Amino acid sequence: MSKAILIDTTRCIGCQRCVVACKLVNGLLTTSRSDFSSTDALRNLTPDIDLPMDEGGDEQLSAHALNVVQTHGNVFVRRFCMHCQDPTCVSVCPVGAFRKTPAGPVVYQEERCMGCRYCMMACPFGVPRYEWDKVLAPRVKKCTMCAHRQAKGLKPACTEVCPVQAGIFGEREDLLREAESRFAQEPGKYFRHIYGVEEAGGTSGLFLSAIPFDALGLPANLPHDALPTYTWHVLSEIPKLVTVGGALLGGIWWITKRREEVANAEKKDGDQP
Amino acid sequence: MSFGKLPKFTFWRAVFLVILAAGFYSTLLRFTKGLGAATNLSDRFPWGLWIGFDVICGVGLAAGGFTLAAIVYVFHLRRFHPVLRPSILTAFLGYALVAVALLYDLGKPYNIWHPLIMWNPHSVMFEVAWCVMLYLTVLALEFSPVVFERFRMERPLRLLKVITIPLVIVGVLLSTLHQSSLGSLFLIVPSKLHPYWYSPLLPLFFFISAVGVGIAMVIFESNLSARAFGQEIEMPLLADLGKAMAVVLGVYGILRFQDLWSRGALANLRQPSKETLLFVLEIAVGLLVPLSILLVRRARESREGLFGAAVLVITGFLLNRLNVSITGLEYSAHAHYFPKWTEVAVTLSMVGTMFLCFAVAVRYLNVFEAD
Repeated sequence: MSKAILIDTTRCIGCQRCVVACKLVNGLLTTSRSDFSSTDALRNLTPDIDLPMDEGGDEQLSAHALNVVQTHGNVFVRRFCMHCQDPTCVSVCPVGAFRKTPAGPVVYQEERCMGCRYCMMACPFGVPRYEWDKVLAPRVKKCTMCAHRQAKGLKPACTEVCPVQAGIFGEREDLLREAESRFAQEPGKYFRHIYGVEEAGGTSGLFLSAIPFDALGLPANLPHDALPTYTWHVLSEIPKLVTVGGALLGGIWWITKRREEVANAEKKDGDQP
Repeated sequence: MSFGKLPKFTFWRAVFLVILAAGFYSTLLRFTKGLGAATNLSDRFPWGLWIGFDVICGVGLAAGGFTLAAIVYVFHLRRFHPVLRPSILTAFLGYALVAVALLYDLGKPYNIWHPLIMWNPHSVMFEVAWCVMLYLTVLALEFSPVVFERFRMERPLRLLKVITIPLVIVGVLLSTLHQSSLGSLFLIVPSKLHPYWYSPLLPLFFFISAVGVGIAMVIFESNLSARAFGQEIEMPLLADLGKAMAVVLGVYGILRFQDLWSRGALANLRQPSKETLLFVLEIAVGLLVPLSILLVRRARESREGLFGAAVLVITGFLLNRLNVSITGLEYSAHAHYFPKWTEVAVTLSMVGTMFLCFAVAVRYLNVFEAD
């Protein structure tokens, strides 16, 4: 069983409380308070905090904004890590700095990372961000689905504070059933597709919308296969290529050498009548 | 080489010094202020010139080393021996450039050794890392006889002679894996790379074009060295290499167009766009024009024709690699990337240093004389 987050963009009112909560629990916003473990503590705090203009205005993910609310027409769309079922970042990282935990979150171990940024290159959702200004130990930053809170039995901060239940947290299977039941209850309200069911092999960030998803800035051209299969399909051939290639090259070497020896011998014979 | 010839290069030496100074400043900037200050890289464009040119093109331009080693040692075409050593040297310097460029580009360069103990066989980058390490070692060993000869060290020479063939075969295998894996790196971005360049056959295309450009580099260098060091040019030999290059280009062209056609990517040609312009340029410069030159016997056997074709192939190769790793990704990233001058300065300093190392090696070691 693995956890997921279901975002219903038809409910979101763009209040940015999830953005504030995210920044608070990830230490990206300074406050006098430090304990956000109870739901009430977070709920009471978030409406009081006005995001500074430059931060309230960030509609793009960055090393300082791991969850953002973007405006597309009159629709508000949250963007954060999709926590893929078979994550591209996990597959591409040469040193295994990313891991998909059985509980659902995709997490990052900064001490393994060497900073090649292949994860940023490869992520089909363009999620990972980099601390470009750090000199000594820049890190890749992205949403962790509050893995540290989940470990304590808490929910991701963003889903704790949403006043309209636009983002809810639960078992992926349960959330998919919930989405289907919303389709059934209010036919005509939704564009009938759950974004994340099969995109790039399926994700733990699931989206509902009234309009097609490409209008919300979500990549619409993703294959339904998990992307790691694209490279594994080639990488898994390496042992075969090495053995067959090695034998082939050795064989060619032996044959051409033999031919050279024979040619030399014949030449010698020709010289001595 | 007598020192009497040196003043001829004074202008270039001045240029080189300016480049080195700029590179030095950029290096300081990179390691005191970080990647953000020293590059135009961004969250939308995490890979730039240092990866696209230094690493991806650098490895490709070094492909002459394994191509020639295979021709001479595995296929026993011994008459190509005279151009083997310079090719191995170029390959070694090319790979050294890659390793140094990585130290600039990695966010945490001091963790560059991590792939040694932290394994992820599902990652193409992991394969690339191992191939670079191993092949750099192989190249050092393949070139080392030249150094041992210079200092008349007989014992290591004898030892190396014994392991030459296994070493060459390992080198060819590593290069095959590595050249193709640079293409495999981009297999994972089907939704991001423009259809002119994204193909399931990327690893194959990268391998074949590397062989082609490897041969072109041998021709190019032989010409330059002949001019710079006053040597005779081995025209019949190079013309034969030109013929081989034509075959490689032909195979590459057929596969590439078959693939473009079957994926329906050629329909994009009807739309005038930056990508279309770059694609047409790449195909014309790197494939059609040089292939036409090489197919004409008189052009192929003339020094100018052959040299021109080699330069075109190299240019087209660079265009291709930069299109795959940079420009072909711009349309999906909704961002434009152009390297900052400091990025260019670092790259130019490294390329300049490579030329300098080559010249020094040629002067003091027996590079152009086969054993």
